[in-house]
Amino acid sequence: MLKGSVGLIALGSLLLSGTAFAQEKIKVGVTATLEGTYTVLGEDGMRGHQTALNVLGKKIGDKELEFVVASTDATPDSAVRAVRKLIEQDKVQILLSPLSGDEGIAVKNFAKTHPELTFINAASGAQETTYVDPAPNFFRYNMDGAQWQVGLGKYAYETKKYRKIATVGEDYSFIYTQVFGLVLEFCGAGGQVTNRQWVPLGTKDFASVIAALPDDVDAIYLGLGGADAVNFLNQYQQAGGKAHLMGGSIMIDQTILSSKGNAKNALIGTIAASGQADTWEDPGWQKFVKAYQDAFPPAKRFPSPSLLATNYYDSTMALILALRQVNGDLSNNQAKFREALAKIELDAPNGKIKLDSNRQAIGTNFVTEVVDDGKGALFSKVVKVIPNVNQTLGYDPAVFSKIGLPSRTVPECKKY
Amino acid sequence: MARFIERHPAWALIAIVAIAVLLWLVFAIWPPGLEQAIGRKRVFLNAVFNGITLGGLYFLVASGFTLIFGLMRNVNLAHGSLYLFGGYIGYAISTWTGSWLLSFIVAFIGVALVGVILQIVVFRRMEGQDLRQTMVTIGLSIVFADLMLWVFGGDFYQIQTPAWLIGPIQLPLVTAIKSSGEPVYLGYPLVRLVIFAASVVIGIAMWLALNRTRVGMIVRAGVDDRDILAATGVRIQLVFVLVFALGAGLAGIAGVVGGTFQSLSPGEDTRFLLASLVVVIVGGMGSIPGAALGAIIIGLAEQLGSVYIPTYAIVVTFLIMVLVLALRPQGLLARR
Repeated sequence: MLKGSVGLIALGSLLLSGTAFAQEKIKVGVTATLEGTYTVLGEDGMRGHQTALNVLGKKIGDKELEFVVASTDATPDSAVRAVRKLIEQDKVQILLSPLSGDEGIAVKNFAKTHPELTFINAASGAQETTYVDPAPNFFRYNMDGAQWQVGLGKYAYETKKYRKIATVGEDYSFIYTQVFGLVLEFCGAGGQVTNRQWVPLGTKDFASVIAALPDDVDAIYLGLGGADAVNFLNQYQQAGGKAHLMGGSIMIDQTILSSKGNAKNALIGTIAASGQADTWEDPGWQKFVKAYQDAFPPAKRFPSPSLLATNYYDSTMALILALRQVNGDLSNNQAKFREALAKIELDAPNGKIKLDSNRQAIGTNFVTEVVDDGKGALFSKVVKVIPNVNQTLGYDPAVFSKIGLPSRTVPECKKY
Repeated sequence: MARFIERHPAWALIAIVAIAVLLWLVFAIWPPGLEQAIGRKRVFLNAVFNGITLGGLYFLVASGFTLIFGLMRNVNLAHGSLYLFGGYIGYAISTWTGSWLLSFIVAFIGVALVGVILQIVVFRRMEGQDLRQTMVTIGLSIVFADLMLWVFGGDFYQIQTPAWLIGPIQLPLVTAIKSSGEPVYLGYPLVRLVIFAASVVIGIAMWLALNRTRVGMIVRAGVDDRDILAATGVRIQLVFVLVFALGAGLAGIAGVVGGTFQSLSPGEDTRFLLASLVVVIVGGMGSIPGAALGAIIIGLAEQLGSVYIPTYAIVVTFLIMVLVLALRPQGLLARR
């Protein structure tokens, strides 16, 4: 009896898969940080991805997209493991990966070992990924961490009159890149960065870090994300901290601004910069926010999409639009598809995006300030919109290359 | 103590000097030269206090772990899951009733019940088969982690600190003298002090219960030789259930503490399992004072490390573990 029914099920599934094969599929592997410190970021990234599918659909001519999701934990080896699994076991043809900075560098290097496949960066923002020795089959439609800080240094110096600041950041490539962008601009304007503290990704107890914050500075810049940011704010509140704050792109983001508890209120009035601003009035942005809100019930999403949701939306959009341009043609090692990807100009919700010769995005950046909407929800309000931000941040490429690669101590605090 | 000094005069001298230096560092006003060399006193004092209070949290988790191991020779690798589950219960209760203290009680009872079920349904069936128990607990921890992810999602939860515990208090420790001659006192988060005091009280209560009561005597006898104890007519299975419930309940309380001054999210279970493993390996498997000593050492190493050698902070705890394993593999305060 049991054997009989097992046989029936097997037969049934054979028949079913038979009908599914009638339509050709294009398999795409997606990775997101669904474990560890950045879990919340990965989840919202996937929401952005889903929103793009809702808006654009999965059809490419007569083919259909099929997505396989793999989870990572923001470490480079977890990303490579996930990507390898997607390629070798699931036989994906295109990758939408990864989310986090160090992962990006590792996946870019890995991409070179698979020149026949195409990699579209999902959200990672380390500078090195596309600036140093870029992979010809790796495309990034989001700006890097330094581009996302454009405008913040000047705003802090000129409008807020901050003269001396200190930074606290997670100890990895994306935050190095963010601090790089901030320091270049702030010190270029005449400010001083007196102290840069680095904490390991996944730090839970920040009490000693908070105690070591200097008190002779005008503001403290926080380059933290996910659980780290929430823990920091909670302990900062318990320690009675009162300094002016400045925030990085994943610190002043819905992933943190809508966390549970009241520790986030320390962020009201904080200035930040990022590739998006929650309250931007642009109709394209508002349409995207609406699509995101309609796609999920309020308890299963943030009030407004996070930077990760936007990045995943944009990269999924690039993937679908480019595939449609070539009508799903992946022959000749995906050459036509890559050509389309390199040329495409996205009318993305967070401004127009096009790629440079390293296949790195040139896009729009936003300086923001955190406001309370009166009902206890926090949002980032636009202060300034800066279009056409490129990877060398407006510097002459020769000058820019002399600054060095973002690290714990680079760049020096001076005018380049 | 006296015997230790007789047997290891050199070590005793080093320990006394170290304690004297530490006391001086805590109470004296630092000369400017010292401040220049290793930073401000406020930072140092904060790191020391944070290390000790973090040690209090580690002790709560590790004491249950070590108690269960000591009596039942059962390495319960699902202990981290019990911690996280306790935290989630605490969060649910504190948001539902608004009472922080009630959340401790409910978390203790709830997680203790899970412990009782685990002991009766799982461990009793495979008594004495260490490897099998260990494998089963690894499996259970994975199942629990996924169940909790299913119910609570990947969000960060923070248990709201009651209003009377928010903010810093002034401690009578001078960190610096202002140019006007006015002393600057150390401000320190009240909630951490309260939590530390609570873990000290729990630790002392456990020590008293183990060393001064009849049940404690039975438990200690069981740690030494449970077969002989069973032969004397003690209902050893009942003792096992009680100890497992207590150990699990402590992990539940620790979960509420951890959710209050840190946060709860998937992955915390393995982090605290790892922390309590390191703590009991350093302190000595099965020893409550060992768990206390190990917890303080690991807490201090993490916090001082994060201030003075941030790049290598993660390595320090494991270095300590490696050193202990190399020099005194049974742990610092193990009896055998």
